[in-house]
Amino acid sequence: MPDKNPRNPLRDPRDRRLVRVAAPSALVLFGVTGDLAKKKLLPAMYDLANRGLLPPSFGLVGFGRRDWSHEEFRDVVRESVETYARTPFQEDVWRQFSSGIRFVRGEFDEDKSYEALKATLKELDVHYGTRGNHAFYLSIPPKAFETVCQQLADHGLAHHEKASGWRRVVIEKPFGHDLESAAELNAIVERVFPADSVFRIDHYLGKETVQNILALRFANQMFEPLWNNRFVDHVQITMAEDIGIGSRAGYYDGVGAARDVIQNHLLQLLALTTMEEPLSFQAHHMRSEKAKVLASVVVPGDLAASSALGQYTAGLQGGQQVRAFHEEQDIPADSRTETYAALRLDINNRRWAGVPFYLRAGKRLGRRVTEIAVQFKRSPNLLFEDNGHEDLGQNVIVIRIQPDEGVTIRLGSKVPGTQSEIRDVTMDFGYGHAFTESSPEAYERLILDVLLGEPPLFPDHEEVELSWRILDPFEECWAQQETMPEPYAPGSWGPAGADELLARDGRVWRRP
Amino acid sequence: MIVSMENTTTSAIEKKLHQLRDQHGVVTLGRVLTLVILAQAGHSEAALEAANFASHEHPCRIIMHVAHSTADSTRLDAQLRMGGDAGASEVILLHGYGELAVPTETLFSALLLPDAPIVAWWPHGVPRSSPTTTSIAGIAHRRITDSARDVDAFRTLEDLSSRYVPGDTDLAWTRVTNWRIQLAAVLDQAAPAPVREVVVEGAGRSPSVVLLGVWLATRLDAEVSFINAPGPRRLDRVTLVRDDGEIVLERPGRAVAVLRQPGQPDQQVAMPVRDLNGCLAEELRRLDPDEVYGEVLTTGLRDVRVARIVDTAGEMLPGAAAFLAAHGGEREHTGELPSPVSTTVRGEADA
Repeated sequence: MPDKNPRNPLRDPRDRRLVRVAAPSALVLFGVTGDLAKKKLLPAMYDLANRGLLPPSFGLVGFGRRDWSHEEFRDVVRESVETYARTPFQEDVWRQFSSGIRFVRGEFDEDKSYEALKATLKELDVHYGTRGNHAFYLSIPPKAFETVCQQLADHGLAHHEKASGWRRVVIEKPFGHDLESAAELNAIVERVFPADSVFRIDHYLGKETVQNILALRFANQMFEPLWNNRFVDHVQITMAEDIGIGSRAGYYDGVGAARDVIQNHLLQLLALTTMEEPLSFQAHHMRSEKAKVLASVVVPGDLAASSALGQYTAGLQGGQQVRAFHEEQDIPADSRTETYAALRLDINNRRWAGVPFYLRAGKRLGRRVTEIAVQFKRSPNLLFEDNGHEDLGQNVIVIRIQPDEGVTIRLGSKVPGTQSEIRDVTMDFGYGHAFTESSPEAYERLILDVLLGEPPLFPDHEEVELSWRILDPFEECWAQQETMPEPYAPGSWGPAGADELLARDGRVWRRP
Repeated sequence: MIVSMENTTTSAIEKKLHQLRDQHGVVTLGRVLTLVILAQAGHSEAALEAANFASHEHPCRIIMHVAHSTADSTRLDAQLRMGGDAGASEVILLHGYGELAVPTETLFSALLLPDAPIVAWWPHGVPRSSPTTTSIAGIAHRRITDSARDVDAFRTLEDLSSRYVPGDTDLAWTRVTNWRIQLAAVLDQAAPAPVREVVVEGAGRSPSVVLLGVWLATRLDAEVSFINAPGPRRLDRVTLVRDDGEIVLERPGRAVAVLRQPGQPDQQVAMPVRDLNGCLAEELRRLDPDEVYGEVLTTGLRDVRVARIVDTAGEMLPGAAAFLAAHGGEREHTGELPSPVSTTVRGEADA
């Protein structure tokens, strides 16, 4: 909602202490019993309150199947706040925060639940001053999106002309399972909410991280001149998890690593690494640059030879016996769902033509790590040729996303002594060391952005659809050839096929 | 790890730091600034604690100079704290006696991080000499004072104002950030209408009350009234008097504020009183001059139109009286302003 007073004399662009606080509003949380709500969303809201950044009269409405009273829900919230909040628990703040907490018991497809929700929101508007501003956070399986969105529209809870305040909806990845379903999902959501009121959230990729990548690339002079096919040999983007699928079988089977992670997370990282400099951080500037580079991605001709799939087997991982993917609860013995996927992509533009991009994602790998490694071409080394080519590595800039967010640069250095021997050394920079130890959690920024209506760094449906356009040919190829994922040992770095994928190009995977 | 060194020099300290780093692998990664704390003997631990806390957001090298008596024979003692004893920082405590009780640039120069910005902080108030004339302050990028430690808020602010240079900042200003955020947010949503009068109520000894009042009044082009209540040094209530009614933001306790606007139910805002740790972390977030603070302190304090200063605590402090005398005359001179809504006479002590 535009401010009623755009020329507020208290605002001054030079006054940078004056952060914006959202207008009074209520947030309706669907899926309150989920892990995400408990560990991240609810504590983040309290942390915001504690930092004085929540709007006055902030209302929080839980919507779920449990037979809870407002009071019981408050206790649930309190417990999660006390366990997971970043800032210390203060009784006064809690009392104020909790006075705006409501619970509505209901089913996603039940008319009377939405009537109850409507009444609750009305009550908050009138008695608590939320002024008709409502955000809906759908922390629910995508198959329920349609029902919920439709119900919200039918009961006048979604956007409509007579609505007094704003309406926003937050949805989380996965956004569909292929291009078609993504478009369908988008149609459902955007039928009910206008495009600029839809916030798609990839909780792996906080705004902070996105800005860190852009700052590294564009706030510095020394990297950008090297950031092209003249100097870069290839790029590896990795997201490895050391855990298995755990209790997510119901979701994971049939989805797999490529759809779960590569389509959204890794392709967003790819876009951020390769995009041209946007004019500003404004939504349309960011999106048009990301969309441009995603649209210039070409998938290889031989899809099978440019990809590798894997499934983890049973075994000892770091001293612990773990189950194979097929032994996980509710996974059928003949499941072809991959828990590891690697693929090669190219970007057909002037900057990147000829530079392969290798993306890999998997579960039960060596350790939990997400990183972007930009490998530079080998230097000619006329001066140091005694070393033998093998010893002397290539320069690498590694952008570490998690854990221990930061940047590592690998460079050759002379070994002390009389001979002119060269060895690779690393230079490390950690945001954790330099700044962020107590900087705001990604979810705090995210909730604040939703309440403020600032969507710039969230992908829009065009980016989502462009990403599916990249992944779909691979998925179709794997389905057509009935590719059986190769087994790999838990705690390893993936199947042999992934190594062969790089070996065909004369390269090797980094050990992150 | 804590290492004490007696009767030493800064180059010996620097050598020791290097040695510790080599032997124990204590590394200084990504230090973003040098924080120089200029403390008085006796109560420096609270400041150090705040600095350690802030170092979690802004890893820094902390050099704390504790001024002992100038009458002692000249001597420098030091204590180095690294690793777990120093937050995300490394702390160098310098106890200066005799001539070294005066913090000069030459005393620190061997210990400052290369290239990194320098922030000087006086946790115990406003230095008597101008912050910029003591030489360590002269090379600092930011100079943080704390005028709230002084008894007479108006006098201290006048003093700071007279010697303001860009890069100065004061924790009294930091303490009102949350008030300013909420008030700006209220006016974002309110229909535009001129504000006739700004009334700030709080402890008369709190410079935060004055700074907030001056900021609001100059920005909104309104007159300001200061209602000084006895009690803890806190801001209690801000009222913006407009034709369509009053907008009131009030914090009766320590955590929750109430916002009243015409035609709206009362709204509660979580706005906890900020502790030193949080304030210092905010100060270190930006290292360029705070121009808005500079304006408030200089032109704001000079040009603000004061309706009245009401002192429920008893007699007015000399600084406040002088301030009122200076500004009252100007007000009469302009002559075209709306009269204050209240009938209280200017300068009256209201019971």
